[in-house]
Order: sequence, then C-alpha cells, then structure tokens
Amino acid sequence: MSSTAKNTKIITGDVKSRIDRWISNYPADQRQSAVMPALRIVQEVSGGYLTTELMDEIADYLEMPPIAVYEVATFYGNYEHQPVGEFKFCVCNSISCMLRGKDDIIAYLEKRLGVKVGEVTPDGKFSIKKVECLGACGGAPMMQLGKDYHENLTEEYLDKLITELE
Amino acid sequence: MMPQNECCYRLNHLDRSWDIDVYMANGGYEIWKKVLAGELDPQEIIEEVKTSGIRGRGGAGFPTGLKWSFMNRLAPGDKYILCNSDEGEPGTFKDRDIMRYNPHQLVEGMMIAGYVIGATAGYNYIRGEFWEPYKRFDNAINQAREAGLLGKNILGSGFDFDLYTHLGAGAYICGEETALVESIEGKKGQPRFKPPFPASYGLYGKPTTINNTETLASIPMILAKGGKWFADLGVENAGGTKCYAVSGHVEKPGNFEVRMGTPFKDLLDAAGGIWKGRELKCVIPGGASTAILPAEKAMAMNMDYDSIAKAGSFLGAGSVIIMDDQTDIVKVIENLSHFYWDESCGQCTPCREGTGWLYRVVKRIREGKGRPEDIESLKNVSGKIMGNVICGLGDAATIAMTSALEHYEHEFRHYIEHGCSIYDRQ
Repeated sequence: MSSTAKNTKIITGDVKSRIDRWISNYPADQRQSAVMPALRIVQEVSGGYLTTELMDEIADYLEMPPIAVYEVATFYGNYEHQPVGEFKFCVCNSISCMLRGKDDIIAYLEKRLGVKVGEVTPDGKFSIKKVECLGACGGAPMMQLGKDYHENLTEEYLDKLITELE
Repeated sequence: MMPQNECCYRLNHLDRSWDIDVYMANGGYEIWKKVLAGELDPQEIIEEVKTSGIRGRGGAGFPTGLKWSFMNRLAPGDKYILCNSDEGEPGTFKDRDIMRYNPHQLVEGMMIAGYVIGATAGYNYIRGEFWEPYKRFDNAINQAREAGLLGKNILGSGFDFDLYTHLGAGAYICGEETALVESIEGKKGQPRFKPPFPASYGLYGKPTTINNTETLASIPMILAKGGKWFADLGVENAGGTKCYAVSGHVEKPGNFEVRMGTPFKDLLDAAGGIWKGRELKCVIPGGASTAILPAEKAMAMNMDYDSIAKAGSFLGAGSVIIMDDQTDIVKVIENLSHFYWDESCGQCTPCREGTGWLYRVVKRIREGKGRPEDIESLKNVSGKIMGNVICGLGDAATIAMTSALEHYEHEFRHYIEHGCSIYDRQ
C-alpha cells in the first residue's frame, strides 16, 4: 500500500481511540455493537457524510461484512450519504412542532438561506433537513444543530443564530 | 394545588441536581447500599414493586414486578438489564428531563433492577439526538463508578455490575424492545418475532429485561418509601405518579409529574390552559400511537389507564397533545401518517406498504385532490394493517387514523367535496 493511501485512513489516532472506547463497552466478541458509534464518529470527522470507502474501512475495523455496515448506515436517519452543510439545520417535522408553526419556520429558513429542504448553500455552509420527532415537544417548534437543541424557534432567533454562524 | 414532582422529577428544581453530591444529600444510593449489604433480597424487592402497582411507563403498561419475575436470576451465564431511553413517540419528552435533571435516580434504578434479575451489565439505550441527556447520564455513571458503587465486587459485596450507554441514530422503531436489542447488537433495528421473549432470548441471545427510563427511575423511591406509599399516590390499577409531557396548543407546554388519576382538566390548567384564549377541540392523550379524543370526552376523564381507556383511548407514554378549536384534523393525520410511513422499518409488508398508502391518500385529500372513495380506502387499508404485523408500529399508524375518521369524518369529506378545510369557509 502506498503511503498516500495509508494516510487517507480515517480510523487512526484520536478517531481510533474514540471508537475503541465504545468497543470496550461491549463483550469482547461483539465488536459489531460499536458500528453505530463508529459510523457517527467517522461521519463527524469526514465533513458530515459517509462514503462507501469510509463504510468499508469501518467494516474492516469491526470485522464485519461491508454489507452489514451499509445496512446499518442506510437504516438510521442520522447517517448521511450526500454532502450536507457545515451547519445542518435539522428541523422537527412532527405533530407538536406542526401545531406550533414548524411549517413557517421551515419556510423562513428556506427564504433566509436561499435553499430548499435537502439542499446545501453554494458555499457549503448551510443545509436544511426535515426530521421526525426529536423528543423536545415542550419547546416546539424546535430543531437540532450539531449536538445542540434549539427550542421555541422564532424568525428573530433564527436571524440572530444565522448571523453568528455566517 | 395538586401535588407535583414526588418521584422522578423530585430533584429537578435543585441547583446541579444531576450531580452525585446532590443526589446523595437527598437519600440517593441508600437503597443500593442496603441491597449490597444483603438487607433487601431480590424476592422482597419484586414483591415491593408488585405492591407499588407500577406498570411500564414506556407505553405498554405491563406490570414491572411481573416482568422482573420472568427472569431466573440464578441461571448461569450473562444476563442484561436494558433501559429504553429511545424517546421518540411524537409528543413524548418526559424521559429527557429525567436524564437531564435526575440521572442518578435512573442509574440507581438500573443497578437495583440489574441485581434483582442477576444481570452482569446494563445498557441505557439513549436516542442519538439526546446529546445533553446522554452526557448527563454518562457523567452519572462515571461518578457512581468513582464512588465505588459500580464495577467489580461493589463495596465488598462480591457483586459485579457495570453500566454503559448505547446511542441510537434516528430510528423510532428502536423504541420497540426487540428492535432495541437488535440495534445494540449493531444491526438494523427491526423487531424480532416473539416468542422467544427477551427474558429467555434477549441481547446477544442472553436473558434480558428491558424497562423504560421513567419506570426504572421510579424504583429507588418505591423501595425507599414502600410499595404501598407509591400505590396510594395513584388509583386502583394505576399506582404512583406519572410524568406527563404536555405539548401543542397550551400556554405553558412542559413536563408535569402528577399523581395517577389526576383529572385531565387539572393537568390542562397546570399547562396554562388552551393558548390564545381559544377552546379545546381534541386531545391525543398518550402519544401519536393513541386515539384522538374530542374535548367533551377528554374533559370528563382522569389521567390513569382505566379512565382513559373508558374515554376511548390509551394512557400510552403519557404524551398529551392538545389541539385547539382551529385545528385541521386532516392536516394532523397527514402529519402522523407521514411519521409512521417514514419510520416503518420495512420488515412486514402490510406496514411497509400500508403506511405509504395511508400517507399518500391523506396527502391527496389535504391537497384538494381527494376522491369520494378515499375514505373507504383509508378504513380498508387500516383494517389490513391492524393485527397483521410483528410489532405495534403498524397498528399504531391506524389508531389515530381510525379515531380521526370516527370523530371527524366530516372534515375529510369537506376536503374531498370542496377541496379545502372546513376552516377555509368564508
């Protein structure tokens, strides 16, 4: 293997130790149990989405058939397979948020950012995603951005947030 | 004032309530120490939990003491206690606040449950989006471990037990207990056919008990104050307190831990009443999987299993979704149908295909392109899903639909005949 190819490996250093910590939570013969955290961590350090090469590397590391990794990576909604924005606005689309105005929030975000749900701004900075109930209905309408929840959303709140991120 | 926050949320008002010092200053881990000292044996604990009348708080309402008694704690080999914190039923956000503000009580509940069933380890399955609750819970585990309350030969008792977290990644179906098990095993979260039940064949094929967050977090208080204390807080067939998540068209949405049997109207008052000075139209009392109840039925019921069942719905996870008198029911059902179609795991054909049919037909009606035969189609497809699937998701998809058609069929007909909502009339 050429040194360039070796350098492109993602499960190394800090990423490797983070995945290893999860592996140690499960019985020694159950490395596959760490596939979900491994996918999350790898996605996080790879620009927010997974490629076949990345999934294959996870399969190799966890001693799983690649197809078993693809199955998991395409089943769960948090894994991405296309480029997303550096800031991915995951807006709750479910009932309690609908009752309190999520349609207006999504429409405002689309107008403010100039992209539709599922699209990325040309500078790669922002994207909008509709997600199902995030379990914070008391703060509806709400969304997730990175690891944080943003609740009781208003246009003013979003303006302030976007300005800070721009 | 009705009594509030007597069990799971009892510490939530305190500064840094998630820290072990605060928990221990408020009686925390006393029961666990008693258990380790041999002062409470597993059979006694099960009897106390049975006396408390607590039933599974995740939605199914199965008696917890009975569930624990299915496990043979002396059977050789690994056994597991799992906590289901995959909170994702639309309208549900009660467990999030247990993990954010009282994580140690959940840790202690998992330890006690683990001891009773003879578990070697426990996993809390937390939905992946719950980063803050996960960090709080993880911190609680670490603090308990540092205090010597977890690990090998805990406090010299000879008992080994440890706790871990597993994070989900955005799949409602993993709240179904066997899908949750599959997910921890690193697979797609598709429910298993039962039997065998998890008590005989669960995580990694080992005997496993799965309880909801609120259920497990209630255990230390049940044992500290007695099963009878807990039972007496509630009503017949529904012991204790319940964390209700109230959302939708109220002035002050939020979580309210009140006694079982509290009148619905008192809970509504606690949430500030209907917003904008409007009137109540209807309620989904237990989360998206439970039947819609018109205002007059809801206002007459109490918040316990039997009273809600008598009104025509189900207590479920205690996720109370309030809708005011300007709510378009067809739009509500379109939203709920989309949820189930999106979240169907795809394993059973009636659910995979049926939820898509329901969504597409309701969407068509809402877009003003409905056909006269569509209402019959919705009833027909619902009937073909119900009872013909492995787990409850498909059934759940039909429940809101069926109840909406029972009470508000005229709203669907208006869309079909006029191409718009009843509220669009001049």
